[in-house]
Amino acid sequence: MTFLPDRVVARLRTELQLPDLSGTRYRVVKFLGRGGMGEVWLAEDTVLERSIALKILSPESGHAELASRLMREAVVLARLEHPGIVPVHDAGVLPDGRAFYCMKYVAGQTLDKHITGMDLHRRLQLLLRITEPLAFAHSRGIIHRDLKPGNVMVGPFGEVLILDWGLAKIHGNDPSVADHGPAQPARGGSAETETAHGAIMGTPGFMAPEQARGETSLIDHRADIFALGAIMAFMLRAPDPPARPLQAIYNKAMDAEISARYASVGEMAADIERNLQGLPVTAYRENLWERASRLAGRNRVAIVLVLAYLLMRILFVVFSRR
Amino acid sequence: MNKIVLGLILGGILGILDGLTSWFTPAVRNQLLGIVFGSTFKGLIAGVLIGVFARKVNSLPLGIVFGLAVGAFLAWIIAFMQHGYYFQIMLPGAMVGLIVGYATQRYGAAPQTQRV
Repeated sequence: MTFLPDRVVARLRTELQLPDLSGTRYRVVKFLGRGGMGEVWLAEDTVLERSIALKILSPESGHAELASRLMREAVVLARLEHPGIVPVHDAGVLPDGRAFYCMKYVAGQTLDKHITGMDLHRRLQLLLRITEPLAFAHSRGIIHRDLKPGNVMVGPFGEVLILDWGLAKIHGNDPSVADHGPAQPARGGSAETETAHGAIMGTPGFMAPEQARGETSLIDHRADIFALGAIMAFMLRAPDPPARPLQAIYNKAMDAEISARYASVGEMAADIERNLQGLPVTAYRENLWERASRLAGRNRVAIVLVLAYLLMRILFVVFSRR
Repeated sequence: MNKIVLGLILGGILGILDGLTSWFTPAVRNQLLGIVFGSTFKGLIAGVLIGVFARKVNSLPLGIVFGLAVGAFLAWIIAFMQHGYYFQIMLPGAMVGLIVGYATQRYGAAPQTQRV
């Protein structure tokens, strides 16, 4: 009996995992990653001669309900035509019976990797860009429900895209995109990446309390606002703790009481914008000293110019009396 | 606030203050009223010119340079008419121009454009 070398076994295993793209316009290039219900492959669209990403149901999870969930994700994405949301080009079933959809391939970095070495100002600007597609999705009645740094991609030209809409909830009665079941805490697998059907609805640390408790009826766009607050806290946690107004912004967004959170992503973005402009934020009541410091910081140059002018005047008076 | 109005107000106020400080110079104290009047007038002209420039050119460095130049030039005219005190008149005048130049660019509201 001859044993196959490990590398041959590994190769065979990889070949077995390859999706059957025969008869389609796509050609597999490489494996990109695995999510809770599917795997993502880099592929080439042989007709348009461009790279695309294929999200395909995992071979081991050939559940019909999972297939419908993947299709639902494609439908959700197709509804959200926004520069900050990955566009879907195609969807269907592969010859091996697995459901798939094809989307734009984004060769970027996830947010957690991208922010390394970035200053506070740029981090806040980046955060503002995340709010744009999210606000757009909310305006279309769609809640992401799994926002986290790993689901935000920053492209090579600074474009920000929100990924993985597999857990999205849609307000409305369209049966093709209806919500699937109550939220339950993750079981098994990596808590960081788990998005499998039936067992999970979100990621611990970024999931709103009502979502973690499985109170599906209470989940609305403010669950995303909670996650956005958690992302903000994550982005600002190092190297130094952020200023109190910024802490107040993410604390308000992450309030356990749903009604105490920002009413909309736009409101939260406006507070971040105000902070960037050196204006007071609605989430924080500053004391007199903090207000004076903020105003001084905002008008530093003007204060220096006026002081220089006064100093010059004083010197003139002193020297004219000699 | 409108950049020209801001320049006008700031130029006027700083002009008055600039003129009033001559009270501390005993040699010219008896001419205080004339100095304040002239300084205010100079400040108003500088303010308008700088405000108009800020309206046309949206650039902080250029605004500062223009303000400095206008302030210094107008002060030079005053000093020339006084036949002296060039340094004492031109330095504060230039600084007032610089402050107005900065303020109009930094705090003045850009004109609103209307699309048809």
